[in-house]
Amino acid sequence: MPPQLLTGNAAAAWGARLAAVDYIPAFPITPQTEIIETLGAWLDSGAMPGRMVTLESEHSMLTAAGAAAATGVRVFTATSSQGLLYAMEMLYTVAGWRAPFVLVNVSRGLSAPITLEADHNDVMAARDCGFLQLHCADCQEVLDSVLMAYRLAEDPSIRLPVLVNLDGFYLSFTREPVSVPEMEAVRKFLPPFDPRNIRFAASAPESQAVAVLGGGPYSYFRYEAHLAALNGVAVYEQVATEFNTLFGRQRDAVECYKTADAGIVFYMIGSFATKAREAVDRLREAGLKVGLVRPRLLRPFPAGQVTAAVAGKQGVIVIDQNLSVGQGGILYTELLAALYGRPGAPPVVTSFIGGLGGRDISPEEFYHMVTVTRQAIASGTVPPPRLLYTAGELREIRKLQAIAMVEREDTSPRQGPSRDSDTAREAPRE
Amino acid sequence: MSEQRIKRMKDLPSSHLLGTGTPMCSGCGGLEALHQIYDVLGEKTVFVNAAGCMTLLSVYPFTPFRGSWLYTAMASAPAGAQGVRDALDILLQQGRMQPADDLDVVVLTGDGSAYGMGLSATSAAMDRKLDFLYVCYDNEGYGNTGQQYSSATPHAAITSTSGGHGGYPGYKKDLFSIWAAHRPAYVATVIGSEPLDLARKIEKARDLQGSRMIIALAPCPTGWSYDPKDSVEIGRLAVKTGIWPLKEYIDGEVIHTRVPRERAPVEEYLRLQGRFAHLFTPHKDSAVIGEIQARVDSYWDKVV
Repeated sequence: MPPQLLTGNAAAAWGARLAAVDYIPAFPITPQTEIIETLGAWLDSGAMPGRMVTLESEHSMLTAAGAAAATGVRVFTATSSQGLLYAMEMLYTVAGWRAPFVLVNVSRGLSAPITLEADHNDVMAARDCGFLQLHCADCQEVLDSVLMAYRLAEDPSIRLPVLVNLDGFYLSFTREPVSVPEMEAVRKFLPPFDPRNIRFAASAPESQAVAVLGGGPYSYFRYEAHLAALNGVAVYEQVATEFNTLFGRQRDAVECYKTADAGIVFYMIGSFATKAREAVDRLREAGLKVGLVRPRLLRPFPAGQVTAAVAGKQGVIVIDQNLSVGQGGILYTELLAALYGRPGAPPVVTSFIGGLGGRDISPEEFYHMVTVTRQAIASGTVPPPRLLYTAGELREIRKLQAIAMVEREDTSPRQGPSRDSDTAREAPRE
Repeated sequence: MSEQRIKRMKDLPSSHLLGTGTPMCSGCGGLEALHQIYDVLGEKTVFVNAAGCMTLLSVYPFTPFRGSWLYTAMASAPAGAQGVRDALDILLQQGRMQPADDLDVVVLTGDGSAYGMGLSATSAAMDRKLDFLYVCYDNEGYGNTGQQYSSATPHAAITSTSGGHGGYPGYKKDLFSIWAAHRPAYVATVIGSEPLDLARKIEKARDLQGSRMIIALAPCPTGWSYDPKDSVEIGRLAVKTGIWPLKEYIDGEVIHTRVPRERAPVEEYLRLQGRFAHLFTPHKDSAVIGEIQARVDSYWDKVV
C-alpha cells in the first residue's frame, strides 16, 4: 500500500488498530482527542473490533486500563499533559501491577500558565513511574512505535506498561506520508496477546496489587520492576531487528545521525530532532563536523548506547524541551550522570532549554549553540545552562507586560500613593 | 432475577467464607457486615478495593478472600471495576474464557472514598450502567488514619479533626439519595446487626443486573470510642432510634425495609459512644440532642 498522508494522531490510532486492541478506555484532551475520535469512528463503523469506554477522568481512565490489562486483554489508551498528571497516581500504580498495555502521550506544556502547545515536562514527570518510554520524531515512527511498544510491554521478561510520546501540534496535527503496514504482516510481528497467568477467573482466584508491610517486600517488588524495565534494553534490540526485517525500517534505541566523524553532537528527543538533522546538514555544508544523537528509548535508559554514541566527541549540546524548576534540563542531568567517569566522556557538555510551550527552535539557534559549544571547547570553560530566547521575543513580552500594566492601572482602584504600581512597573528586571 | 431464597434467619448461609485473623479492629462493624455479604455473594467474585481500613485485609502473602482481589487507589475503585468487567466481557465474547470462570465484580470502599474522593468515579460508573456491586462500609470518618471527620460524619461527633467544642459542625451527607438520583438498578442501606435484612438485600442485589449500590453502616469501636463488645448493640440502636434507616431503592421507588414502630430516643444510641460523650458530660446538652432527635423525627414523619 502506498504511503498515506496521516497526522501523528491518526498514525497513533492506526497503531492501535493494527495491534488489534481489545479495549480502549478514553478521555478527551487537546491535542490528543483526534486519536480517540478516530478509533471511535472505526469502532462505530465496524472497521475494527474492540470496545471503547469514555471514563470521567484520566485518573479513572488509567485505572480502567490497568485493571483490564490485569484481567488479560490488550489495552490501548491515550492522553496528554494535564491528563497525564491527573492520572499520575495511577501511572505508578498500574506499573506496580505489572499491567502490560500501551499509553500514547501527546506532549503538551503544563499549567501554569495553561497552554495547549508542546513541550516535554508532562512526559518527563512520568519518567520515574515504571512505564517504559518511546519518543517519536515523525508520524511514521508513531505508528511503528505503538506496534513495538506492545512487544515490549507484553514480553514475559518485562510486563510493564509502555508510553509512546509524540509532540503536540508538531506531530499530532501535522500530516506526513505514513506507510500503513498490512494486518497480516503486523500479525507476524505482533501476535494476539497471550496473557499467560495475567487474569481474573473463578477457577484461578488471584489477589493482585495487595498491600505490603515494611520496606523489605516493598523494595523487592519495586526493584523487581526496575530490573524488568532494564530487560527492556536487550528486548528492544531484538524487537527492533525483527521490525526492520519485516517492515524495512531500522528503529534504533538511540538514533545516531552523522555522528561517526562528528566532533560535536546535538543530544535531544522528539520531533524537534528533525530540525536538528536539518541543521546538521547545513552546518556540514559550512564545513563543521556536527551530528545528532537522539534516544528513542528513554526508559529504560539505554546508558550503554548513549555513552557509546557520544564517546570521544569534543562536545555535546543537550537541548531540553523541559525544565526541572530549580534544577534545569532533565536530559542534561541524566546524560551527565551516565557519562561521569566513563572513558571517552566528552569534556564539554552544554545545556540549552528550548522549545517550551510550543516555542520553535530556529536554524540560527542551532548554529548559535554550536558556536557557543565550540568556544567552550576552545576555552575549556563550559557556560552555564541557558534559555533559548531571542531579543525579538523579549521585546514582545515587554509589550504584553506594558499592556498588562496599563490595564491594571485602569481597572484597579489606587491604594494610597503610587508606590505599588511603580514597583510593579519595574519588575521583572532583565 | 431469581426467587428470593433467604426468608428467615435459618435461611442465612453459614458458610463463613471470609477467613479469620484479619488485622481489622475487634468489634469492627464493617468486617461484621462483610462476613455476611461474602457468604451471600460467594467466592466467584473479584473485590476491587479503594484505600481504607479494608485495604489491610489483603497483605502479602495473605488474604481472607477465597475469590479474587484487586487494590486500586482511593479515588477510582469503580473505574477499576469498569476495566475488570469490560475485560471479562471481552474474554467471554471472544470465547477466551468459559462462562463458568466469570466473576461478579464488587467494589469495596470506606466512606472516605465513597462519600468524597471516589464519588465522581462512582457517579460515572452508574452513568455507564456498569454491572457491578458497590459495598461501602461507612464508619463515618477517615477511620484508617485515626478517624478524622469526613462528609459521612454525623453532626456533633467528636473526631480527631473535630475535637473542639460541639464536635463536627456539619451534617452527614445523604449518599443514598445521591446514588439513587442516578437511577441505578439498586441502592440499599444495611447494617451487620440486622443480618436477615442485610442478606435479603445482598441476595437481591446479587441477582440484579447493572449498578447495585450498598451502604453498610459500620459501628467502629476505635473511631466512635466504645467497647468493642457493644458493636452489635450500637448497630441495633442505630436502627431502633431511626438514625440509620434500612431502605432500598429499586425501580424508581424507595422502600423502607424496617420501620421502627416505636422509635427509641436517639439519646440511647448517642450515650453509648465516646464521640458523643460531650453531649452528656459534664452537662447534658439538650439543645444538640434535641436537634438530632428533631432531624430524625422529621425524616420519619415523611416516611410514615
